[in-house]
Amino acid sequence: MPYYAGLDSGSWTTKAVVIDGDCEVLGTAVTRSGADLTAAAERAYETALANSGRARADIKAVWSTGFGRNTIPFADGSRTELDCHGRGVAHFVQGPLVVIDIGGQDAKVIRLDAAGRRLSHRMNRKCAAGTGSFLDEIALRLGIRVDELNALGRGSTENLELSSFCTVFAGTELLTLIRSGKQPADLAMAAYRSLLKRIVSMDVLEGKIVPTGGVVAYHPIMVELIDAACRGEVVVPPHPQEMGAFGAALAAFAACEAHDTEDTADMAELGQP
Amino acid sequence: MTELASTTALRATMDAYYRSLADAALRGTAPVAWCTSVGPAELLRALGFAVHFPENHAAIMGAARTANRYLPLAHAQGYSQDICSYLTSDIGAYLAGESPLKAYGLERAPKPDVLVFNTNQCRDVRDWFEWYGRELGVPVIGLHSPRAIDDVTERDIDAVTKQLESLVAPLEQIAGARLDDARLASATRASRDTADLWGACLETASARPAPLTFFDGTIHMGPAVVLRGTEDAPAYYRQLLAELRQRVESRVGAVPGETLRLYWDGMPVWGRLRALSTMFAEFDTAVVASTYCNSWAFAGLDPADPWRSVSRALLELFIVRSEAPKERYIARMVEFYDVDGVIFHDCRTCSSNSNTRYGMPGRITERLGIPTLVLDGDVNDLRCFSDEQARTNIEGFVEQLTDARVATAARGPR
Repeated sequence: MPYYAGLDSGSWTTKAVVIDGDCEVLGTAVTRSGADLTAAAERAYETALANSGRARADIKAVWSTGFGRNTIPFADGSRTELDCHGRGVAHFVQGPLVVIDIGGQDAKVIRLDAAGRRLSHRMNRKCAAGTGSFLDEIALRLGIRVDELNALGRGSTENLELSSFCTVFAGTELLTLIRSGKQPADLAMAAYRSLLKRIVSMDVLEGKIVPTGGVVAYHPIMVELIDAACRGEVVVPPHPQEMGAFGAALAAFAACEAHDTEDTADMAELGQP
Repeated sequence: MTELASTTALRATMDAYYRSLADAALRGTAPVAWCTSVGPAELLRALGFAVHFPENHAAIMGAARTANRYLPLAHAQGYSQDICSYLTSDIGAYLAGESPLKAYGLERAPKPDVLVFNTNQCRDVRDWFEWYGRELGVPVIGLHSPRAIDDVTERDIDAVTKQLESLVAPLEQIAGARLDDARLASATRASRDTADLWGACLETASARPAPLTFFDGTIHMGPAVVLRGTEDAPAYYRQLLAELRQRVESRVGAVPGETLRLYWDGMPVWGRLRALSTMFAEFDTAVVASTYCNSWAFAGLDPADPWRSVSRALLELFIVRSEAPKERYIARMVEFYDVDGVIFHDCRTCSSNSNTRYGMPGRITERLGIPTLVLDGDVNDLRCFSDEQARTNIEGFVEQLTDARVATAARGPR
C-alpha cells in the first residue's frame, strides 16, 4: 500500500502527518518551528514516520503547507494552508461548512461548498489580534504558561470583558484589572472572549462550523465559546492542530492519483490496457 | 513578463514633464500650480501654469520605497497614521527637505504659486494642500464637489461649474494672464484625446492574452495624470496604443502562459508593484484591468463646452459615486474583461478608495457569482502590508479559481 505525508510549516509549530492509501492517519508529530524551518520540518517528519512505523522509502509523496511551505527541500509539492485546512476538514466533515483556523500568528475563515470546494476565505489583518500569539501574551501577563490558561479559565466565576482586542491594549487593560483585584481565572476567560470577538468579526459564522488549529487543540474553552456565539453546529474534527498537515498529505495523495490516471490514459492512447 | 517597447518613450515624456516643471520652479519660466490628480488641470494649463501633482510625487516615493522614511515626520506634526499615506509621505519629505525629483534639480517639491484642490476624491487632498498653504503662505483654492453621488444630475454639474468659473479670477491674477477661451478649448481637446487614447489602451486588455496588466498600467498612466491638457500625452498614447494593438494581433501576452484573469479594485501597493507583478505572473495569472487605471479615462470631455463637460467628467468618476453605481461599474468591467475573480485592495490609509468596508465584495460575489478576495495593504505605508500574508492570500485565491475551473471542465459542457 502506498503511503503519503504532509508537513505544515507554521509560524510557531511544524506539524507532520503520515497517511495510508485509505487516508487513515498512521502517525503525527508537532515540533517548535524555531528559526530553522527546514530543520524543524525534518524533525517533525522523522517523528511522524517513527510514530507511524514507516520509513522514508515507504512514502510515495510528501507535500508541504503553511507559511514555510517553500522552505522544505524534500517536499514534492505545496499548497497553501487555506487549501489544506479546507481539504483536511472536508475529508472528515460533510460540507457546506465554515472552517475557522486559529494559528499561532494568523487566523483564517474558509468557506467550503457541499463538495468541499473553497468558496472564499478571509485572513486576519497584519496584527496579532485573533491569533494564538494573543493568548501567549495574556499568559505572560498572568505569569503562567499558555497551556495552563484553559484550566485557569475553567475556574472563572465573574463575567469580565476586555474592551480591546488589540494585543497590546488588552495587556494594559489586564494590568488595570489585576490592580483592581480581579481574579486570574476571570481574566483568563476575558482573554478568550476577546479572542472570540475578533474571530466572529472576520466573517459571517453560521451553518456547520469547524474550528481547527493549535488554539482549538489546546484551548477547548474556545470551542465552547464559538459554539455559544455562532448560529449553527460546531464540529471539532480529529487532529485539529495537524489538520493542515493532514490536508497536505491528502494533496500529495491526490496529486499521485491524478498523475497515475494521466499515465493510464497515456497508455490507453498507445493501445495498452 | 516582457517590457513594452514604448517604455522608452514613456520615460522621455515623463522626463520632459519633470524638466519643464523644474524650469518653471527654478527659473520662473511659468507660474506653478499644484493640482489634485482629478482636479481642474485643463483650466490651469489654459492659463499657462506648470502643473505639479502631489499625488504623483507621493506615488514616486511609494514606488521607490522611500515613503516610510518620511511618514513619521508628518505623524509627528499631528497627522494621523490612519489618514492618507500619500499626504503624510509627501509632507514628511518636505519636512526632511527631500524630493524624488532631485535629479531634476528640485531639492523639494516645486514651490507653488497656488494650490488647487478638488474634493471629489476625498477630503484629505484639501487638508494636504492647506498644510502647504500655511507653510508656504500660498493661496489654497478649489472645488468642493459632492460625494457618494448616485446619478450625476444637472444640478450637481451646475454647482461644480459655478465653482470652476469662480476659480478663474484668482487664477488669472496669480498667472498674470487672462483666460483665453481658445486655449481652454484646446486644453480640453487634448484631455479628451488623452482620455480616449488611454481608455483604448486599457481596453486592449480585453484580448486573450492581455497585452498589458494593471501593473503596467500604473506605470504607463503617468502622462494621463500629469500631462492632461497638453499634446504630449496623446502623442505618447498613440504610440503605446499602436504597440498594444500589435501585441494583440500577434497574440503576445504581458503574462506568458496567461491562464487566469483578474480585476483589481482600489489603490496600487506602490512599494510592491514589482513583487506583486512577478508573483501573479508566477501563477500564470494576469491582472488585466483595474478601477484605478481607468479613473483617468474621463468620459465626455467636450472642447465646445469645456466648463460643463469638465465638471461632469470630474463628477462621473468612480470614486465620486455611491455604492450602487460603483457596483454596476465593476459588473460592466468584469463582463468586458471576462475575468475569473476580483481583488479588492483594502488600503489602510485610504478609505475613499477602499471599496471593502461596506460589504461590496460580498455583494459582487452574490450578484455576479464571481469570487472576490480582500487584500489588506496600503498605497504607501508598507508597515500595513505583510508580504507573507499577501502571498498566502493570493496563492490561495489562485488555487481556489484553478480548482473551480478544473471542476467545471471535468463536468464538461452543459
